[in-house]
Amino acid sequence: MVEKKKTTKIKDQLLRRTRLYIPGNNPAMVQNAMIYGADSLIFDLEDSIPIAEKDAARILVRNALQTLDFKDSEVTVRINSLDTELYDDDLKAIAHKKLDGILLPKTETLEEILFLDNLLTNLEEERNLSQNKIKLMPIIESAIGVLNVEQIASGPRVVAIGLGGEDLSADIGLRRTKDGRELEYISSKIIIACAANKIQAIDTVYVDVNDTEGLYNLTLKAINMGFQGKSVIHPSQIEPVHRAFMPTKEEITKAKRIIKAYKEAIKKGSGAISVDGRMVDLPVVRRSERILKRAQGNKKTK
Amino acid sequence: MKIKKAAQAGSLESCDILITVEQGKSGTGFALALESPSLSQFGEQIESEIKEVVDLLGIVDVKITAIDKGSLAYCIKARTETALRRASGEI
Repeated sequence: MVEKKKTTKIKDQLLRRTRLYIPGNNPAMVQNAMIYGADSLIFDLEDSIPIAEKDAARILVRNALQTLDFKDSEVTVRINSLDTELYDDDLKAIAHKKLDGILLPKTETLEEILFLDNLLTNLEEERNLSQNKIKLMPIIESAIGVLNVEQIASGPRVVAIGLGGEDLSADIGLRRTKDGRELEYISSKIIIACAANKIQAIDTVYVDVNDTEGLYNLTLKAINMGFQGKSVIHPSQIEPVHRAFMPTKEEITKAKRIIKAYKEAIKKGSGAISVDGRMVDLPVVRRSERILKRAQGNKKTK
Repeated sequence: MKIKKAAQAGSLESCDILITVEQGKSGTGFALALESPSLSQFGEQIESEIKEVVDLLGIVDVKITAIDKGSLAYCIKARTETALRRASGEI
């Protein structure tokens, strides 16, 4: 028998259809971040903050984490990349029990993840936070990052990997098109690396805030490819993305029947399950669970 | 912490507060000039939030000007701390 490699990763299959970027130095946006129904919130300390305001944003986000209630949304912060002198102060400011995860921009190697994991382990210990509480969500936005994504996806604490389309395009020298076909190879590479490690791939942002139909269509394409979420830069982008993720009535009905048949089969102790005369195996059950989860998530926020 | 220069943090955007700090003359203590649309209702509260941060950082003689645009406590404290840290030359 061939022993399959077991991952020792943290099991995490939170719904992350949308993760909303919020400039970390804008109090009006920070304190209202939770009202739009995004699955995940990203308080940004990186690209949206000019260098002279890095200190102000860090302190504002720290205080927000300590005192505001972000309801059901997952709370994350995008820190400054490891090649700056800012990331250490960022981490010290935001390591708090309300912080669920950290987005690491410009991730290029597994070593960066291991380095950050080590820093976080120390901070969690120092501050009496539960071990491995703070998850990592690297963003791939360079050619080297794409080449190393398989290793990065296997890193400790990593639960999702984002594609940073804008920086990546600049690094590679490709030209963005409306249908995003130039990113298909890169997307697939990230998606497969994530799937092999049982983590989530999150698609890049859609920069034309006024074009919600374009966003909806590209999100459908992203879902077909295997992305499990999309980063958004404006609250108005949440609805079209959630709509794209919403399973059809037929899909929901079928998924419910499959789950029911599966539970009955477990009770009876029978191995083979059949729904509508077709054999159902475990991957189909898992897919049905995901469909129901997406349907449920939509019910909660819309 | 010691104040070495005048410094500012925050903005005049909605929900924000603009805090300016200067070194106070020795023995003058904490002096605040506050401007706010809700001065009569929240003036005392805003002042105590600013004072809390000043005390926490161990600053004694300081002159603060605050122009409030409807900010919440977490923001008032963040802007005060940022201004004071900038004034101390720490940042």
